[in-house]
Amino acid sequence: MKIVYTGEKDSRQYKSVIPQVIDKVMQADDKVVWLDADLMGCSGTKGSYGKSDRYINCGIAESNMAGIAAGLAASGLKPYAHSFGPFVSRRCFDQVFLSAGYANNPITMVGTDPGITAAFNGGTHMPFEDVALYRCIPGAIICDCTDVPMLESFLTQAKDLPGVKYIRVGRKDSRQVYEDGTQFTVGKGNVVRDGKDAVIVASGIMVHEALQAAKKLAEEGIDVAVIDPFTIKPLDEELIRTYAEKTGKVVSAENHNRIGGLTSAVEHALIGMPVKFGYVAVEDEFGEVGPQDYLRTRYDLTDEHIVNVIKGM
Amino acid sequence: MTLEEKKELQKFALQIRIATIECIKSRGFGHVGGSLSIADTLAVLYKRIMNYDPKDPGLETRDKLVCSKGHAGPAVYGTLALCGFIPYEQLYTLNQPATKLPSHCDRTLPGIDCTTGSLGQGTSQAVGIALGDKLQGRDCRTFLITGDGELNEGQCWEAAMFAAGKKLNNLVWIADWNKRQLDGSLEEILPQFDLAEKFKAFGFDTVTVAGDDVEGLYEALSRRSEDKPIAVVLDSVKGRGVKAVEESAGNHSMNVAPEVFDEWLKELRDKLAEMG
Repeated sequence: MKIVYTGEKDSRQYKSVIPQVIDKVMQADDKVVWLDADLMGCSGTKGSYGKSDRYINCGIAESNMAGIAAGLAASGLKPYAHSFGPFVSRRCFDQVFLSAGYANNPITMVGTDPGITAAFNGGTHMPFEDVALYRCIPGAIICDCTDVPMLESFLTQAKDLPGVKYIRVGRKDSRQVYEDGTQFTVGKGNVVRDGKDAVIVASGIMVHEALQAAKKLAEEGIDVAVIDPFTIKPLDEELIRTYAEKTGKVVSAENHNRIGGLTSAVEHALIGMPVKFGYVAVEDEFGEVGPQDYLRTRYDLTDEHIVNVIKGM
Repeated sequence: MTLEEKKELQKFALQIRIATIECIKSRGFGHVGGSLSIADTLAVLYKRIMNYDPKDPGLETRDKLVCSKGHAGPAVYGTLALCGFIPYEQLYTLNQPATKLPSHCDRTLPGIDCTTGSLGQGTSQAVGIALGDKLQGRDCRTFLITGDGELNEGQCWEAAMFAAGKKLNNLVWIADWNKRQLDGSLEEILPQFDLAEKFKAFGFDTVTVAGDDVEGLYEALSRRSEDKPIAVVLDSVKGRGVKAVEESAGNHSMNVAPEVFDEWLKELRDKLAEMG
C-alpha cells in the first residue's frame, strides 16, 4: 500500500464518486440495487434514477427502506441503501438489526455526513452515535471512510460480504491518504505512518488530523505512528496491540461520541496491557449547527488536541 | 367451486387447527387466538392458490408467504407440516432449546420465507421480496399476512404507500381483522375506523371477506390487478374454530392444562369426523 498524503483537499467530491462506483458495481453484477430515501440528490445518484429500475427511490421512509432492502436481499439481490447518517442508523436501527441482521439478509447501508461533517444541517442531522449502534449488531462490518480510494474499495466489495455493512462517509471534501486503486481488507488495519513513541488510531476525517499532529510532534522529536483501522468492526486488534506494546502510548481519534465507537473498540483491544491510553472524540454531547471548521474546534477534534493529549501522557 | 372442493378446504383448515393446537400443546402455552384466526386463509393459500414445491423450498419462482404477525407461527408450522415441508413430529419442538420453531417465524425453517415477529417489519420485507421478484422477471406472488393490531405500527403504512406507489401487483396483503389485540379490543386500545377504506385510499385493490369463508377467500386471493397491489381484509374471529378460545377474552397467548388442550382437540377432531 502506498501513502500519497499531502494534506491538500482531493479535487473529487465523494458525491461525484459514489455514483461512478455504484454504476461500475452494477455493470459488473446485475444483482446490485441502490435504494435511497429522497436523498439521491445528496448521494449523487439522482441522474441515474429513472434510467435503470435498479435505482429505487423509497421516499422519506428509512425504516421501510431498510426493510425493503432486507426483502430484496431475501429475493437474491444485493442492496445498498443510502440516507444521511442519523437516518440510516438511529431512524431504522430496529429494521437493520432484525430484518437484515437477525434474519440474515445481507445489506449495505451508506450514511453520509458523519459527525461534524453535517455542519449546516446541524444537531438533528449530526450522528455521533451511528458507529456505536452498528457495533452492537452481531457480525456487522463498519467503515469510517478516510478517502476516495477507501470509499471505492469498500463499496466494491461490500455487496459480497455477509451480514450488515455500514459505511459513514462525507459528501464533499476529503484528503487523499492512499494511492488510487488501493485494495482494503476487512479487519486489516493500515499503518499510515510508522513511529516508536506513541500510536494514534484514527478513522475517517481524523486520519488527516492525526497525520498533522504526528508532523507537529515530529518537529519536537516525538515519533508517532498513525494506524487507520479501515474497519472499526471487525477491528485489527492484533495490529493495535502490536503498536501498543511497541510504543506504550495509544490515542484514539474519532469524529464520534467517545462512547461506543472507535475509542471504546480500541480501549477494549487494550484490556490487560500495561499501556497509557487517551482519546480525542466527542464528549457525551449532542451535535449543533455551524461551519465544519467551527465544529472541529467546538468538539476538540483537532490536530492540536491530539498533540496535547499525547504530550500529557 | 364445487361442494366437494369447498369441503376439502374446510377439512384442511380443521387439520391446520388441529396441528396448530398440537404444536402449542407440546410446549403448554402459546399464541392460540391469532393462529386460529388465519387457519382458513392458510388452507386456501396452500391448497389452492400458492405455487410451491415442499421438496424445493428455496425455488426462486415459488410464491412466498410472509406471516408478518409472526406470533401466528404455530398455524404456519402446522400448515408446513401438513404440506410436507417438515416432518409432523417437528411440530412438537415448538420453543424447545435449539428448535427451528420459535414462537415467531424464523426463515431457517424450510418453508418460512421471512423472519418475523417484531410487528410491522414483515410488511417492508414482503414488499422488498415482491419488488425483487419483479426486478428479476419472476412470475410469482408474495402473500403478506398482518394482524390488525399490527397495523398500529407506522411502518406498515410506509410499506403500503410504497407497494401501491410502485405498482406492486404481485403483492397480496391479507389483514387479519380479528378485532382484538393483546391488551383488549381494537376499539378499546386504538380504534382503526374503516380498514378497507384505508387500504383503498392507499391505492390497493381491496376486498373484504369473512375469515372462515373458504369460497370467498379463494375468490379474493385469486384476484389480479393490472397495476395495484391487492388487499384482503379478513373479517375474522380471534380463536376461530374452538369455542372456548373464541369466548375467552385473553386468547392472544394462552397457558392451559394438557386436559384443556385435549378438549379443544376433541372438539376439532369431532368436527373433522362429522365432515366424513
